[in-house]
Amino acid sequence: MTNDKAAPASGSIMVVGGGIAGLTTAIEAAEVGYEVFLVEKNPYLGGRVAQLNQYFPKLCPPTCGLEINFRRIKDNPRIKVFTLAEVEKVSGKPGNYSVSVKINPRYVNENCTCCGACADACQTEVSDDYNLGMCKTKGAYLPFEMAFPAKFVISPQIIGTDDANRVKESCKYDAVDLEMQAKTVDLPVGAIVWATGWEPYDAHRIDNLGFGQYDNIITNMMLERLASKSGPTQGKIVRPSDDKAPESVAFVQCAGSRDENHLPYCSYICCMASLKHATYIREQYPDTKVYIFYIDIRSPGDRYEKFYNKIKEDKNVFLIKGKVAEVSEDPATKNITVVAENAVTGEKIHQTVEMAVLATGMQPTAANAKLPADLKTNDDGFFINDFEKGGMFASGCATKPADVISSNQNATGMALKAIQTLVKR
Amino acid sequence: MDKKYGVYICEGCGIGESLDVKALCGVPEEEGVPVKTHPFLCGKDGVELLKKDIADGTNSLVIAACSRRVNFDIFRFDGCIVDRVNLREGVVWSHPRSEFPALTEEEKEDEDNFDRVQMMAEDYIKMGMIRVEKIKLPEPYVVENLSRKILVLGGGITGMSAAIDAAKTGYDVTIVEKTAALGGYAAKVRKQIPVSAPYDALIPPVVAAKIAEVESLPNITVKTETEVARIAGQPGEFTVTLKKPGEKIPFDVPFPLPPEMKLDENGKELDAEKQHEAYLAYNEGKNDILQLDPNGELFGAVILAAGWRPDKLKGDQYAHLGYGELPDVITNHQFEEIAKAGKIVRPSDGKAAKSVVFVQSPGKGESDSDFAYAGAVTSMVSLKQAKYVREDYDDGKAFIFYQHMRTPGFSELFYKGLQQDPGIFMTKGAVMSVAKNGDGMIVDAENTLLGEKLQVKADLVVLGAGMVPVTNDDPVINLAYRQGPGFRDIGLFNGYVDSNFICFPYETQRTGIYAAGAIRRSMTMEEAIEDASGAALKAIQCLESVNRGVSVHPRSGDMTFPDFFFQRCTQCKRCTEECPFGALDDDEKGTPKPNPTRCRRCGTCMGACPERIIGFADYNIDSVGSMVKAVGVPSEDDYSEPPYRILGLVCENDAYPALDMVGLNRLSYSADVRLIPIRCLGSMNVIWIKDALSQGMDGVFLLGCKHGDDYQCHFVKGSELAEIRMKKIGDALASLALENERVAQFEVAIDDYDKIPQIINDFVESIEALGPNPFKGF
Repeated sequence: MTNDKAAPASGSIMVVGGGIAGLTTAIEAAEVGYEVFLVEKNPYLGGRVAQLNQYFPKLCPPTCGLEINFRRIKDNPRIKVFTLAEVEKVSGKPGNYSVSVKINPRYVNENCTCCGACADACQTEVSDDYNLGMCKTKGAYLPFEMAFPAKFVISPQIIGTDDANRVKESCKYDAVDLEMQAKTVDLPVGAIVWATGWEPYDAHRIDNLGFGQYDNIITNMMLERLASKSGPTQGKIVRPSDDKAPESVAFVQCAGSRDENHLPYCSYICCMASLKHATYIREQYPDTKVYIFYIDIRSPGDRYEKFYNKIKEDKNVFLIKGKVAEVSEDPATKNITVVAENAVTGEKIHQTVEMAVLATGMQPTAANAKLPADLKTNDDGFFINDFEKGGMFASGCATKPADVISSNQNATGMALKAIQTLVKR
Repeated sequence: MDKKYGVYICEGCGIGESLDVKALCGVPEEEGVPVKTHPFLCGKDGVELLKKDIADGTNSLVIAACSRRVNFDIFRFDGCIVDRVNLREGVVWSHPRSEFPALTEEEKEDEDNFDRVQMMAEDYIKMGMIRVEKIKLPEPYVVENLSRKILVLGGGITGMSAAIDAAKTGYDVTIVEKTAALGGYAAKVRKQIPVSAPYDALIPPVVAAKIAEVESLPNITVKTETEVARIAGQPGEFTVTLKKPGEKIPFDVPFPLPPEMKLDENGKELDAEKQHEAYLAYNEGKNDILQLDPNGELFGAVILAAGWRPDKLKGDQYAHLGYGELPDVITNHQFEEIAKAGKIVRPSDGKAAKSVVFVQSPGKGESDSDFAYAGAVTSMVSLKQAKYVREDYDDGKAFIFYQHMRTPGFSELFYKGLQQDPGIFMTKGAVMSVAKNGDGMIVDAENTLLGEKLQVKADLVVLGAGMVPVTNDDPVINLAYRQGPGFRDIGLFNGYVDSNFICFPYETQRTGIYAAGAIRRSMTMEEAIEDASGAALKAIQCLESVNRGVSVHPRSGDMTFPDFFFQRCTQCKRCTEECPFGALDDDEKGTPKPNPTRCRRCGTCMGACPERIIGFADYNIDSVGSMVKAVGVPSEDDYSEPPYRILGLVCENDAYPALDMVGLNRLSYSADVRLIPIRCLGSMNVIWIKDALSQGMDGVFLLGCKHGDDYQCHFVKGSELAEIRMKKIGDALASLALENERVAQFEVAIDDYDKIPQIINDFVESIEALGPNPFKGF
């Protein structure tokens, strides 16, 4: 090793996925001194955590850490970010890959100043993916306030319409390029880290829990958006049927998780997430009752345990050991009745609430979308790392269900594994 | 460098429509500084204009356009000083003309009229101009004898994994292990929990393979029966003294004086020299921290992987479980020792233990908590150990009583597998008592899933005791730092060396020293192995950053470092004491000795210094103070009803981005405030507040992060320290005959942009209620 200012080995690393794990892997590797390509399919970085209102157990906004990470990217020319991009093909071997990355058109070029005139001019509204389709956004939009890169996006849905022209004309800076086409770039890299993350398990598939059937049954991720200022209700938690502030809310734990018919594993985060959600509700509504139906409360570690103990002290939060077996709706009030068996007393509980939240679990993104690379997965679609082979690794929730802390520990370590591939070459 | 100035005003994004840009140009023109305007400065043409001027010699640019958080790459010019004046988010977007109308031509004719928004923009340009005048381009701090060697403390599974990972990346590693052999706790277990499918059987310990790998790697040195006497110096050049465990040597690290010994018999604090005498007496036979061991070994970074010890269960709270009284009530650790030695037998008489009860939660019916320091690990250990019973005896029975079965993630699959075993009974339940019953025991449980009351005959009762981090007993790292030998105990982690940051799990308050494994959280071996890789990366990253002369997280890449003007130091030690990272060591007189590579560039020392002798190349007392003084403070000599002037010092990490969001959302706040971003509220020096008030500004507020147990300050205590300083400012205000209410501090989170306008406006209103600063106009 020479005593110069460069990194100890040459070569680049590609990180696929710009969520918290991918960001961590990319930035940590780049701060050692390596060139990193960060490929993200959304028009913005941050992934799932960018959709969260707060983190447990500190109840702090994820944008706080994202802001620091974005600044680290801004200050580090070694990181090249590709948004709206997907890996199409990987060829080669550890230490020497060629990756084809398809970059989808944003229809907005680098001239965009983020002034917002295009959104003002656009008349069409499209489904707001960032808000899980719970509301609409303009066809020319900034995904959310803190989005990075801070550039607008034009939905392909308005391309070819009058609106597209209106949007183009509204831009004083010639930033709208309606002719923009998808393009493919080939990048040579020595190692690839797949940080493709997770998706909330599709609650429609859990027949007995009534999602999609009854208006006032929502998922935990939807509640994150409801509680968030940048969400569809500007942070007001209201039930979907009539926008009423709920006076009672039930949480159905293990909605899909720990269930052979759905996800056999425990999704790690849902207990802590629901305890956190109880704080969202209790802060907005001092009298609202919260019922949490669980099998076991999994609050691993000192800090999580402390958080659980704090929530337990709240007289309006009721923790009931029992798995919810069925739900029903009163068509007149749109209230939901959840039926569970109290595991300890054996009695059947019928609890009627104004809104129910399904604590749906984590499914690896790769379970539903096969990646163009030779990677081993387990039966549930999580990647199994092969450190002997090296070259390609998975980090974060692509490898196992995990919270943000463990994901980031894992993602930091995977940056090192990627660097090792370059050193070995 | 000879500075050649240039001011560039962008007219895009509404700036040109809202402001009288021609009038703004008058600000630099008056100072003889060239100024140019452009309708779209971040566009290709605009950047060309800047580049051309730079080619012609301009090297100190004031770019009055958008926030520095955007177009960061476009307006970065190597070798140039650049200040970004935030006219867009900070002035025109957050002060729309619909609410703050411009003066009509007619109004302009009367000199008693003024345009608040225009005034704001003019002030910000003046502030930017003085800043580029006052700051310098940073030059990196380079250590003289950079060592790229990594020291790993602990030869258990975590330490070995970290060492292997660093060695495989090309770095030399030394493992220091207190005992006679590598392996740690991992070498003491019979088997491990499966980590991949199928989850139905235990796996043999992985530790032997790890030891073999450590021994096979030529760049790993192993030192057994060794511990750290002291680690002195700083990242990149730590001087480490090693010793045999238990040995007493002159380079054992001295401990700081306990607070009570810093006082004289009347409770008054001793002066620096007296304190030093007391300190020497307290540490008799030990060399001072500033004395470097000439025979010490140099290392660049340290990984702390010293692990855990089994908790010793003491006290009445376990009396109902018979622990300490009944010989066959043991801990999970004792059980593992028995299992490792052979078949599961009772300690009392060596007879086969075929009925074993595992207790996870000691709190009877009153608490559903597991044993202290349990995490999720003890649940999994009980499953593993239940399996041992079944491995040893076909007719063996294991009963696990738990309040919550903690098998998160994939370990659920192992739990599920065990549920199929007819000899393993698992139930939620409160264990009420364990009592002697013939030559065995009887366990009473209540509220179980199998019935309201349950009695189980047991040969052996196993308590799921937790994993105590060894840092609970001993600092281990023995840092020769003035702040003390261990990680700073901020009372949050119960003895663990954990990070308070969810996003940044490897953050510690001791730069260059990274914790991994069970010392930071109770974790399984699988998790510890993974954690070790991350810590190895951080150690490597730290020494490569030192090599480049830049800071590590969160100001990664920052080349500045604190510079001290020692002639004026009064040895008050505040900088040494307040630094969140222990970067400063003072000498016997109390003069601070900086250790730049320990520093994270927050500026807390600069904020603490009453003599104002600490500063950074691009951020110092003078640069910010001059910006404060550049703010125009109109008085009754200027206008019959002059506007108020209020200064806001805002944390650049959270509050400043939130203010940008205020602009982006076109929310608005008073145009009478002037905001200056600062690195951290910890770097806030009260002189800025005094300067502001003595030049007639009417009030000052600070906007910073939340503090307390769930603090969000990226530098740990910045906002808290600022609050303490603010409390002390009352006397100074009283001497100026000013009300305390003229200064205030507000806590905001980065997503509080919706609340900020109200916070600012309410403060402005409260100042207006107090009336103008009587010093105005003097």
